[in-house]
Amino acid sequence: MILVTVGMQLGFDRLIRAMDQLAPTLDKEIIAQTGRGDYQPRNMTAREKISPSEFEGLVQKCDLIVSHAGIGTVLTAQRFSTPIVLFPRRLDHGEHRNDHQVATVRNLEGRSGLLVAFEEEDLARTIALGLEMSKAQPALSPTAKQLHEAIARFIEGGEL
Amino acid sequence: MTQSLNKSSRKVLAVASGGGHWEQMMLLRPVLDQYDVSFATTEADVATQHGITSVDTLPDCNQNQPIKSLLCGFMAARLVIKHRPHIVLSTGAAPGFFCLMAGRLIGAKTLWIDSVANGEQLSMCGKLSKRFAHQCLTQWPELADDKSVKYRGAVL
Repeated sequence: MILVTVGMQLGFDRLIRAMDQLAPTLDKEIIAQTGRGDYQPRNMTAREKISPSEFEGLVQKCDLIVSHAGIGTVLTAQRFSTPIVLFPRRLDHGEHRNDHQVATVRNLEGRSGLLVAFEEEDLARTIALGLEMSKAQPALSPTAKQLHEAIARFIEGGEL
Repeated sequence: MTQSLNKSSRKVLAVASGGGHWEQMMLLRPVLDQYDVSFATTEADVATQHGITSVDTLPDCNQNQPIKSLLCGFMAARLVIKHRPHIVLSTGAAPGFFCLMAGRLIGAKTLWIDSVANGEQLSMCGKLSKRFAHQCLTQWPELADDKSVKYRGAVL
């Protein structure tokens, strides 16, 4: 199953429309949390809101998340080691108040389990890559492993 | 002979405000759960979401709310006295900082982990922790000086 989410605050029709168009080509069930958008999807299950606890269950269960570049979703995906494709909201499309989502993805790009699609045309290819990422891959990125080891040292000996 | 430090005998108090601070703390659970860890946050709901049933709560506060901050500082002291941890650590924000300060007073080792959201400069409490916590970590290498602020990886 693929989980699509645009967050709680704003609709994001450009992502929802693109995913709805891709849906017939993807051999997967798709559940989309659409927010308050205008576009009505035809090829995937659409829900305006999903409660946080149900959302977590879906993140845990799904093969891949396709999301706006919201940090909350990125962190949740990380926690369950679920691969995520980020599609940033853009100021030039009137999708947010500024371009901080573009800045966010530029900072996060290259981290394990995380892919970025900047344009609708990139989505199909990026989703295919994301689906290939096995959930069996090491759950921790090298930087997370480093931090965990430092914290363990601190707890046991007071030094980092 | 000194008793070897059994891993699980280390008492850790882990404090994070609801939201992004808490999510980052939850990402550290694989390491924290190896010890005798207690969690504290500003909203009990965020803990139940992660299957943590016993959590202490603190009132939320920030630098612009002196009265609330005073209350929060008092609650932090009570919490630390209740748990008597060996270690107090926080991923933010102000309530966590107060717990670090209270921890120092009872001789706990204290660690501030500045939020991954602060990529440009340390948070206010992060800057204070450089002086007042035993160790202060940033999650961005550019912000570390390897003296008062260190980089040792990131939650992501």
